[in-house]
Amino acid sequence: MPGIATLRAMSSALKNRVISSTELTQEHLATIAEDKTNSFITVAKDSALEQAKRAEQMREQGSSHPLTGVPLAHKDIFCTKGITTTCGSRMLENFVAPYDAHVVALLNQAGMVTLGKTNMDEFAMGSSNESSHFGPVSNPWNMDKVPGGSSGGSAAAVAAGLVACATGTDTGGSIRQPAALCGITGLKPTYGRISRYGMIAFASSLDQAGPMTCDAEDAALMLSAMAGFDSKDSTSAQRQDAWLADFAEHGIPDLERPLKIGLPQEYYADLSNGSIIEAVQKTLAQQGHELVDVSLPHTQAAIPVYYVIAGAEASTNLSRYDGVRFGHRCENPQSLEDLYKRSRSEGFGDEVKRRILTGTYTLSVGYFDAYYIKAQQIRRLISEDFNNVFANVDVLLTPTSPTPAFSQGQLSDDPIAMYQQDLYTVPTSLAGLPALSMPCGFVDGLPVGAQLIAPAFREDVLLGLAAQYQKHSDWHLQRPNGFRVSKEWAA
Amino acid sequence: MSEAKPTIDLPHLANLARLNFDSDSSESARADLEKIIAMIDAMQAVNTEGVAPLSHPLEGAQRLRQDLVTETEQRDNFQSTAPATSEGYYLVPRVVD
Repeated sequence: MPGIATLRAMSSALKNRVISSTELTQEHLATIAEDKTNSFITVAKDSALEQAKRAEQMREQGSSHPLTGVPLAHKDIFCTKGITTTCGSRMLENFVAPYDAHVVALLNQAGMVTLGKTNMDEFAMGSSNESSHFGPVSNPWNMDKVPGGSSGGSAAAVAAGLVACATGTDTGGSIRQPAALCGITGLKPTYGRISRYGMIAFASSLDQAGPMTCDAEDAALMLSAMAGFDSKDSTSAQRQDAWLADFAEHGIPDLERPLKIGLPQEYYADLSNGSIIEAVQKTLAQQGHELVDVSLPHTQAAIPVYYVIAGAEASTNLSRYDGVRFGHRCENPQSLEDLYKRSRSEGFGDEVKRRILTGTYTLSVGYFDAYYIKAQQIRRLISEDFNNVFANVDVLLTPTSPTPAFSQGQLSDDPIAMYQQDLYTVPTSLAGLPALSMPCGFVDGLPVGAQLIAPAFREDVLLGLAAQYQKHSDWHLQRPNGFRVSKEWAA
Repeated sequence: MSEAKPTIDLPHLANLARLNFDSDSSESARADLEKIIAMIDAMQAVNTEGVAPLSHPLEGAQRLRQDLVTETEQRDNFQSTAPATSEGYYLVPRVVD
């Protein structure tokens, strides 16, 4: 088994020729073959070894990109040309996309090696990875517990040391909550920062891709490679943020000044493990930051609003699965209607059907204004809450999720209880803001995450503060069974 | 709307969503949807008078571009994933007798 190491450790080992990309890839593939967490839906051995060879050629020809030859895994929501993309669904069980997602293309260009595709809640709808057609994923810290979701396979794979970095997507918390439950660092960038092209759509006004890594430094390196304007995504942001390349090249710089950190009281009201987040506050205060109480008064409305908007957009987006052009098709359809209905009913699982029905209900005649328009109005109030507090503070600190990892099966029969898992992550998604979850302690041997939230396009503040916290703590270096993440590659 | 228990006409919704439910799954789907709608109805208490709806989280506007051809014809490539095609067309059951 290879040592568990950061992306940067692997990058410098490749640069210094301590190991070749092929050897590194082979070591990773051997570790994945022993995996017991069910983190991967597809392992792409042959194409990974081809990419590793190509990365070696790139380095020989002078490529200086730090990610050249470093292995990663993609959440199975990103289209990968030639490798099956299932989105965790029977609907796409045999779907091989005819093109690469923009993110995949960028990371391929950088010379990264795709080891395979990670498990996820079906169509990214879930907070436990239990809705996957390909079986649940175990949390490496306790195999009876869930890894969170929907990017549960990506989070578990990084936590188990199968890979140093995986891509994820976050619609209402799907990067941050599993990152918290598995003890890794997860970044949901600002809406529009990373292209959605080739990322299978769930809720288009919320979906955003991001990196899941050991620490903030690795997240910055990945963000720099994943971000950028893409004309194929109509909501892609046109930004010229020089810090993205600077962070990747020189590492995350020290913060220029102490920050004013807001503590939204609505996020602390029902907290059962308050002492852990209080310890984070103390560590940050010791670094000279000022902590102040703030209020985001519409927080409680965020879950209902999210389930209206995400459901509406999901029911619309998922209408494309009709059994005609791609995806599952039923046997012997008797009519076009029968083809649609049976293909969809066989192809989708229960949670996906629940969301489609919710969206169909709220968008139907007579209900549209009362639900969809009302939800969009409250969405503005939630967004304004954030604008108001960011007039006075630089960043917010909150818990990432209400509880540590829960048991498999504990919430799977109670959708409403499951939806409450997103309580602290959904408001940021509705407002399109960047947020990062970082490990900050343990409860009964299970990791807990702290969430940092910044104004739009200020991922630099999140990464700067997280990097500083991670210099003064080692939660992010701890791994199951006493293993630790190494910052240097041990040959 | 927030006081009354929502009335769920599941067969109607299932038809709109092009989904089939047998009698058992229909009952549990209806019960789940009732609970979800009741949870959602909590938002009706928020005063939104005079608030404009927000559809793009950062108030982005639709980007326009020159009206130029940017895509190439890739019918074979795209149809390689189709369940059934014939001579470049997608096959479906007979629609007109």
